[in-house]
Amino acid sequence: MNEDGGAPVLRAQGLRKQFGSSDTLVRAVDDVSLAVAEGETLAVMGPSGCGKSTLLHLLGGLDRPSGGELYLAGQRIDQLSERGLARLRRRAVGFVFQAFHLMDELTAVENVELPALLAGAAPRAARRRAAGLLEQVGLADRAGFLPSALSGGQRQRVAVARALANDPLVILADEPAGNLDSEATLDVLRLFDTLHTAGQTLVVVTHDSRIAATADRLITMRDGAFVDETRLTGGSGGSLGALAGLEG
Amino acid sequence: MQQEVVLAMLAKEPSHGYELRARLGEALGPLGDAMNAGQIYVTLTRLEKAGLVSVEHAAGLPDRPDRKVYALTPAGQQRVADWLAEVSWPRPDLAEFHLKLVAAAAARLADPLSIVDAQRRELLRRLRDAQRAALAEPARSDAALLLEGIVLRLQADLRWLEACERNWTTRKGRP
Repeated sequence: MNEDGGAPVLRAQGLRKQFGSSDTLVRAVDDVSLAVAEGETLAVMGPSGCGKSTLLHLLGGLDRPSGGELYLAGQRIDQLSERGLARLRRRAVGFVFQAFHLMDELTAVENVELPALLAGAAPRAARRRAAGLLEQVGLADRAGFLPSALSGGQRQRVAVARALANDPLVILADEPAGNLDSEATLDVLRLFDTLHTAGQTLVVVTHDSRIAATADRLITMRDGAFVDETRLTGGSGGSLGALAGLEG
Repeated sequence: MQQEVVLAMLAKEPSHGYELRARLGEALGPLGDAMNAGQIYVTLTRLEKAGLVSVEHAAGLPDRPDRKVYALTPAGQQRVADWLAEVSWPRPDLAEFHLKLVAAAAARLADPLSIVDAQRRELLRRLRDAQRAALAEPARSDAALLLEGIVLRLQADLRWLEACERNWTTRKGRP
C-alpha cells in the first residue's frame, strides 16, 4: 500500500460507513482501504454523493465508522472514546472546509490561535505561532481583520493557517476551493504547493480538477468505493508545447 | 513555427534573428524551450525568398556573427494584417473518443467507464504538469497566460469526461 517505504501517517483497512437499515441501507463508504505516506498529497475525486466527504469525516474522527480499522501514526483510532477523539481532532488533525467555518466574531489571528489555546498552549506562544502562520499564508497584514472583512480566498487561507496551528500529522481538506472564484482558487493551489514542499501530509477530497491535480496520487471514488487509483507524478505522455499547438 | 508568427514578431521593428528568438522565448516561457533555434532562421530564409521579408547587412561587431537585420516588406505587412484579421481555431478531436466509448459498449469489448478513467488519469497528469509550470511563472507574464489557456482547456476536457462518466454510469444501470 505504502509505496514510499516509510510507515503511513494515515491508514484505513476495510473502512465502512452505513446509514439507515435493511431496505433503506446506504453504504456511504463501502470497504475502503488506503495508506497515506508522510509528506504525500492524496486527492480523492468523485461525483457528488459518492461518499468522499463521509470518508474524510471518518479519517479525521468527525464521524465514527460502522466497521473497519483506522490508524493515525500507527495508533488505532476508530475505537477511541469521545474524549480521545476530541483530543485527536484538536491536536493531530487539521481540517479545511468548503465553507471555511471561521468564528465570525474573532479576528483572523484569534481564529488561527484558537486550536493552540484549546490544546493548552500558553497565550503568548499561541499568538506568536498564529502570527507566523498568517505570514506563511500571506496574510500578515490582515491579522486584526474579522472574517467578514476578508475575501473568500483570504478566509480560506486563514482556515488553512488555523488547520496548521497545532502542527498536525495530516491536513484533511473538503472541497477547499468549492466556494472560491478562479483567482482565489489559484491562491489555494499555491498554498497547497507550499505545504507540500514543506513536507505536510495532505488529504483533499474535491471534484475540482485543478485542486486534484496538485496531488501526488489520485483516487477515484464511486458509490462509496475506490474504483481507480493513479500516480500523477512522473509526468504526462505528451509535452506541454504539443498541448499549446507548438511543434517539437 | 508558422511563417505568419515569425512575420508578426517582426512587425514591431526591424530585428536580428536573436532578437526575434528572445521575443518568442519571453512569450512562450517554458514552452519555448522545445523551440528549435535553427528553425527561425530557416523560416526567415523562406520568407525572404517569398518577398515578405527584406534583409540588410548591418555593420556588426567582429564578435557578433549575426549581423543580418530582417524587416517586413509591404507584402509582408499585408500578410501580417491578413493573418491578424483571420479567424482560425483548432478543432478539438472529441468524436474519436466519443465513438471509442460507443463502440466499446456496443461490442462489449471494454467498460466505457474504464476507458474514461484511463483518459482522466492522463489528462490529470497533463493538468498537473501545466499547473506546476504556470505557478512557476511570474504572475501576469505572457507565458503564464499561455499556460493558463492549457489549464483551462484541460479542465474543459475533464468536465466533459465527467459528463461521459455520468452518462455511461446511467446506461449501465439500465437492463
